[in-house]
Amino acid sequence: MKIGAPKEVIAGEARVAMTPDSARQLQKLGYDCLIESGAGLAAGFADDLYRAADVTVVETAADLWAQADIIAKVRVPEPSELGYLTSGKTLISFFNPAGNEAGMEAAKASGANVIAMEMVPRISRAQKMDALSSMANIAGYRAVIEAGNNFGRFFTGQVTAAGKVPPAKVLVVGAGVAGLAAIGTSTSLGAITYAFDVRPEVAEQVESMGAEFVFLDFEEEGQDGSATGGYASVQSEEFRNAQLAKFREIAPDMDIVITTALIPNRPAPKLWLEDMVAMMKPGSVIVDLAAERGGNVEGTVTDEKVVTENGVTIIGYTDFPSRMAAQASTLYATNIRHMMTDLTPEKDGQVVHNMEDDVIRGATVTHQGEITFPPPPPKIQAIAAKPKEKVKELTPEEKRAKEMAAFKAQTRSQVTLLAIGAALILGVGLVAPASFMQHFIVFVLSVFVGFQVIWNVSHSLHTPLMAITNAISSIIILGALMQIGSSSVLVIVLAAASVFMAGINIVGGFMVTRRMLAMFQKS
Amino acid sequence: MEYGFTTAAYVVAAVLFILSLGGLSGQESAKRAVWYGIVGMALAVAATLIGPGKGLWPVSLILIALGGVIGLMLAQRVQMTQMPELVAAMHSLVGLAAVFVGYNAHFEMINVLGMDETARKATEGFAALLAKKDGVELSILKVELFLGVFIGAVTFTGSVIAYGKLAGKVNSKAIKLPGGHVLNALAALISVACLVWYFQTGGIMPLAIMTAAALFIGYHLIMGIGGADMPVVVSMLNSYSGWAAAAIGFSLGNDLLIVVGALVGSSGAILSYIMCKAMNRSFVSVILGGFGTTTGPAQEVEGEQIAIEADGVAAALDDADSVIIVPGYGMAVAQAQQSVSELTKRLRAKGKNVRFAIHPVAGRLPGHMNVLLAEAKVPYDIVLEMDEINEDFPETDVVIVIGSNDIVNPAAQDDPNSPIAGMPVLEVWKAKQVFVSKRGKGTGYSGIENPLFFKENTRMFYGDAKASVDKLLTMIE
Repeated sequence: MKIGAPKEVIAGEARVAMTPDSARQLQKLGYDCLIESGAGLAAGFADDLYRAADVTVVETAADLWAQADIIAKVRVPEPSELGYLTSGKTLISFFNPAGNEAGMEAAKASGANVIAMEMVPRISRAQKMDALSSMANIAGYRAVIEAGNNFGRFFTGQVTAAGKVPPAKVLVVGAGVAGLAAIGTSTSLGAITYAFDVRPEVAEQVESMGAEFVFLDFEEEGQDGSATGGYASVQSEEFRNAQLAKFREIAPDMDIVITTALIPNRPAPKLWLEDMVAMMKPGSVIVDLAAERGGNVEGTVTDEKVVTENGVTIIGYTDFPSRMAAQASTLYATNIRHMMTDLTPEKDGQVVHNMEDDVIRGATVTHQGEITFPPPPPKIQAIAAKPKEKVKELTPEEKRAKEMAAFKAQTRSQVTLLAIGAALILGVGLVAPASFMQHFIVFVLSVFVGFQVIWNVSHSLHTPLMAITNAISSIIILGALMQIGSSSVLVIVLAAASVFMAGINIVGGFMVTRRMLAMFQKS
Repeated sequence: MEYGFTTAAYVVAAVLFILSLGGLSGQESAKRAVWYGIVGMALAVAATLIGPGKGLWPVSLILIALGGVIGLMLAQRVQMTQMPELVAAMHSLVGLAAVFVGYNAHFEMINVLGMDETARKATEGFAALLAKKDGVELSILKVELFLGVFIGAVTFTGSVIAYGKLAGKVNSKAIKLPGGHVLNALAALISVACLVWYFQTGGIMPLAIMTAAALFIGYHLIMGIGGADMPVVVSMLNSYSGWAAAAIGFSLGNDLLIVVGALVGSSGAILSYIMCKAMNRSFVSVILGGFGTTTGPAQEVEGEQIAIEADGVAAALDDADSVIIVPGYGMAVAQAQQSVSELTKRLRAKGKNVRFAIHPVAGRLPGHMNVLLAEAKVPYDIVLEMDEINEDFPETDVVIVIGSNDIVNPAAQDDPNSPIAGMPVLEVWKAKQVFVSKRGKGTGYSGIENPLFFKENTRMFYGDAKASVDKLLTMIE
């Protein structure tokens, strides 16, 4: 089968869905590759580069759509493009199915299969084709670069001969893929970076990137992101107020604010209100990565850069990935290639559209003349992270109380044991004669000493311990030695046998212990 | 006549024995501690020979020398894998000696009771001691020697059976005569009845009947316990041999016997307790035999056991930075410790962090694995206890399990219905990769399926442990 990538029709879109590298990989899967002439030019891939990779360069879009069985694209297809679709063709592209009713109807009418790249489920197996993440990563990086471009100072603090430069303070709101990429870029440029997210469990990731997590003093249990497939969801009113109060508190200090807060299938939440923008210092920069969905910042103009009255620059571009077309195309083309790998289990250049597969089923929006959106929830739980049980920090008073209680319990049990033991000994003493009691005291003390001593024996020396106790338990020889001088022959014979056996034991036990202990060597 | 010197020597000997046991807290001090024990014993024997035991002392000396030669030969010849058998065999000797000494005390008592006043005054040694006892003291003596003989007899047959099982001469499976523990209880009842009888009459009959019953208890009790529970059994018998010595010490009025018996008795008791704790089972349930009861169906084990060849293991070891080896009884059976040591040496020479994780009940004797590894010249500072190393598994690249099964069974933690639920285990499955060297697909001693073998990060390295490790050695330079 043939797979082709047309030139993107939307003005300003520089990305392309196939690169010479990805084409080579696709050919290994058994496909022939086509590309529309000039499609990769804006991303730095000239037609000759494709030809060198054995890709057929097709002159017009109409030819390409007609020849290719599978069409890979970046942007949501325009109605004119959908018009090329016929039954039996497969389109792989961003599709925005939730907001593209007309597009889905058109695709359904044509009978073509459409795979929407943004619908790839967030499970570990599908990460290699998660184009949203790969694009978000680029957007996060680019957002910092864009902010730096419009920011009149250094990111990193410096002490120069010409004076001291304070480091820039950057706040990243939303620690998803884009947010984390922004945090990483910002910290590596040397800025002091703060990050906020409604999912407290990402605090660890944030801190691992070198940023400081902004915690709210809020009682309500933070929501569990794993229940919503790793995405954030809508917050309660109280939570939102606490969040805004916190932002108001830190807004005057921030030089750069990057907002990335998106909730799936909803307009972007407004998090950075007009008064916060007004509080910021002149020259500060805000980059609103949510501009496409209305923006997190009051005052964002989609696709524009505006400067407010107090000199704060608000950037509302939506084409960050396209601004880094070479990188974005490489990653996106790789995502597409991985999708094709899953669609071609036999590596024979034939598409098997397996609707039983969670990933393929989830991403498919129309299949054989049917709309298959929205997909059923994936069979595999999105992120199987169990909420961590937090060990409650004890206050010093509680700790002391606990220690006291433990101490008391220990004292009580010890005293009880001692009392019982003493009572028992007294009981014995009442009936037994003094001569017995003398030995009995020795016995009790020895047991006590034995317990104290043996607990300290190292575990690794338990075998030598047994051998040596064996040897010294032959002390019974003393009894036999005392009896062997008897006048009775029977007693002498028995005693002699005992002396003999104990003799074996004493020498054998000590010698084997010595042998064992000599073997223990330190490295 | 009194022996002040002897008593003084006994005090010194007792202190030396305590120091000798206390010295076992560390490998280095232990080497000194043995000498304390030897000197203590020599002192005690010498003081007895020139004091209360001087009758026929040349015979005693010859006998000790003869026994000593045999003991020396045994000690030098024994393989470290045979240590459990040796220890069990030696316990049986102590048990038998206790029985004999107890009987002798009985005979002497009868003798002395039959003497008239002048003859009593003329007695020597042990008989002289008896001659001075009054009525109550004699009654107590009867109880003491009765107890000494009882414990000694149980220790004797029990140790003989334990020896047989450990040496493979007796079937190591748990075997019970029809009637099971009822028979034991019956024998114990007979013994109690004999005690009363003996207390009343002081005749030889009740003593003989009780001895027979005790010998039976020792035999039947240990027959009913399986091979893997032997660590508990051997430490229990160790404890009994101590208590027997203490009981005899009471009947002979010898404080040193009492002190040493109590030391040994408590040592064995503590070892048994540690072993039971490590299996999460009560002492009684181990002694009564049988392996825990299940409260419901065991969890289904999913997946399959994936086999791997030596080259795969060698490649993984080559890539690994940290390796933990978990040895078990299987390593001892296959005599693989030398090969394992060689493997350790080579891996360490490559700068890898190689350590050993020892479960308290690995092997057939407490501390058995430590001794085997020490014999194979594995330095003891890389041989760690379960508590010391269990937290390190998640950061470990490769774990090699050699001949152990139940002590690495995750069902102990995951499956509340498992018979070994709650038993502390080595959490090897948390490591990145686990290789299990095992003879075949069978279950372990407990007969419990081990879900570890079915885990995604586990590979089964089938074959005799020694042959397998040797094959590895050819691939790791």
